[in-house]
Amino acid sequence: MRVALFITCLADQFFAESGVHAVKLLRSLGVEVEFPARQTCCGQPAYNAGYWNEARSMAEHTLDVFQDAEYVVLPSGSCTTMLRAFYPELFRERSSKFKQAEDLAGRTFELAEFIVKVLGVTKLGDGLRGRKVAYHHGCHALRELGIKQEPLALLANAGAELVDWPASQECCGFGGLFSVKLPEVSLSMADQKISTLPRADYLTSALAGCLLHLSGRMQNHRVGLETTSPYGLSEVRPLASLLWQAVEGAA
Amino acid sequence: MKASPNNYPEEAALVIREHPEVRASVTGATLNFDQNRRKAYSEIDTEAWRVWAEAVKNHLLTHLDGYLRQAEASLVANGVQVHWAEDAEAAQQILARLVRENQVRTVVKAKSMLSEELGVNPLLESLGARVFETDLGEYIIQLENEPPSHIVGPAIHKNLEEIRQVFHRHFGTALNETPEALAAVARKRLRDAFLRAEMGISGANFLAADTGTIALIENEGNIRLSTSTPRIHVALVGIEKLVPRFSDLAVFLSLTARAATGQRLGTFVSLIQGPRKPGEHDGPEQVHVILVDNGRTSVLADPEAWETLRCVRCGACLNACPVYRQTGGHAYGYVYSGPIGAVLAPGLLGLEAAKALPYASSLCGACFEACPVRIPIPKLLLAWRSRAVEQGMTPRFEAAAIRAYAFTMTHPLLYRLAARFIRYLPDQVLDNRVVPVVKAWTEGRAGLKPSPKSFRELWESGEAQ
Ligand code: SF4
Repeated sequence: MRVALFITCLADQFFAESGVHAVKLLRSLGVEVEFPARQTCCGQPAYNAGYWNEARSMAEHTLDVFQDAEYVVLPSGSCTTMLRAFYPELFRERSSKFKQAEDLAGRTFELAEFIVKVLGVTKLGDGLRGRKVAYHHGCHALRELGIKQEPLALLANAGAELVDWPASQECCGFGGLFSVKLPEVSLSMADQKISTLPRADYLTSALAGCLLHLSGRMQNHRVGLETTSPYGLSEVRPLASLLWQAVEGAA
Repeated sequence: MKASPNNYPEEAALVIREHPEVRASVTGATLNFDQNRRKAYSEIDTEAWRVWAEAVKNHLLTHLDGYLRQAEASLVANGVQVHWAEDAEAAQQILARLVRENQVRTVVKAKSMLSEELGVNPLLESLGARVFETDLGEYIIQLENEPPSHIVGPAIHKNLEEIRQVFHRHFGTALNETPEALAAVARKRLRDAFLRAEMGISGANFLAADTGTIALIENEGNIRLSTSTPRIHVALVGIEKLVPRFSDLAVFLSLTARAATGQRLGTFVSLIQGPRKPGEHDGPEQVHVILVDNGRTSVLADPEAWETLRCVRCGACLNACPVYRQTGGHAYGYVYSGPIGAVLAPGLLGLEAAKALPYASSLCGACFEACPVRIPIPKLLLAWRSRAVEQGMTPRFEAAAIRAYAFTMTHPLLYRLAARFIRYLPDQVLDNRVVPVVKAWTEGRAGLKPSPKSFRELWESGEAQ
């Protein structure tokens, strides 16, 4: 089985290590991993801000890059949604591209979803034994794609204790350009979400943007607000890294 | 600053900065509503109900002309006088005529968002009538001369302390009065108004086309009094409020109550079937229905926006919305706020007048999940955004930046160079408070730090193998 890894631009630049973990993880499961070198960004920020022509140009580029891939796997729920749900939407009126987009959509999976649904693996190891993990559900993966149990199952089956976080399914306030177009609202949302975060060793998610936003807020030493969880900081670690840790044991 | 939809960014920031008590009240109340809604949904086969309700409303909207004529005939047969108002001004004229002809001095009002939309209170006051809002929440904000901040809970932004102060200022009640005692004060004043009023004005939750029945849901009993005690009852009805059949109410009444407050049914449901008939002892002598368009037909004609008109004004999307929760409704600068307000405003006011509101969302999708008639609000928001871009309504620097970003992302070599470039930047650049976008990010968050090497570099150097 061949998988083309779509690292996504934010993870490429800000969570490079988690990409390495995703590769190791997939290989440990017997998958052949490729990394098409011309990949860039899925175009979601432009799509969400209403710049559909620009989004289309990035979508066409991405359709091209992954044309021959057997599977496309992304360590990001939101970008997976872009490929799977929004690309066809963008090309609704252009039948040849629409077909290509539908075809790509059928081959595209978020990492945890791919492991559970396509590979049929639910236990990776028990490298997370005794670790308390808080899982942030990205809105798109959760509500558009219905990915909810897969990551939780992989974490729990590796021995992690999933802490009860009342706001785990609430939007963190990142929202792409939303975070800089309406920064006060975005931060206020982050604060509400963080304020209910229980004590945990790790805060994880399959969304690089959300993690940058949440960790950036929690480590915000400048404003000196009481914005961290009442129990102090959890280490922020992308899902791909935690899943590799599940296989390998504590890094 | 004047309340206007396009001031949303400033108004929202202001509330968050200077009125943390608003966020606390709104958050507490909406989370509570939302939890109740979830519980009430869990008791039924919600998906089946929602899909059915969506289909019925879609059928209605795609045959609206016929159903409106049928509704008119049914209403007339019931002895109701029917008026048509193309816009707010026409509705005001009709209302003004009724007030003058009947020498109305006192009006009691049952909560109606359409009445807010049409500017009914200022009109009535200019005609010399005394107006009493009779819903407790509406009564409180009327005392304070504020617009409603939530479709269902108009005073949701006020906590008990503030409400105590409002009553203290207006009626001299003690500052530690119990909620029950405050309600009793309002009740006593409203009793007098009910007895004195010549006219009661209500909205309508539904209007059944086949029987001409006006359906109203409430919990306080004030709607029943407003529509039955005065000599004249005027119902303001948006043309999208119809349902084809009386029997459709069986689902809609319960589904709406579940969505709005988590109740299985409102405490009071009034089904109004026309004025007092000969031999009957009570009820109004005249019942008027004003069917209001005010922009709705242009929304209906818009293939990307018409689904907005399924809305039953339950407020569930506001309760589910984490963006609304931070500010409450006033920041939106429009009668309808929250997710539904953000798609209704550009539809009813025109995009130019409300272009900021479609951006008042992180597109998390919680609204769609809550909506009893499955309005795809995130999709509608996106459609408005893309129109704003097409029509050149977005800031010029933003459009230029997006173009540059898209150009970079469709030229892999350039992307590579950019990735190199950000790693050569001194730390301060990605951590500064001068460059607008970076500033907006770093003012409340730690600065951005790229990984020492991008994944791409790790892959190519074999470190990812
Ligand atoms: S959009 Fe849906 S959830 Fe929001 S008020 Fe209307 S019917 Fe209720």
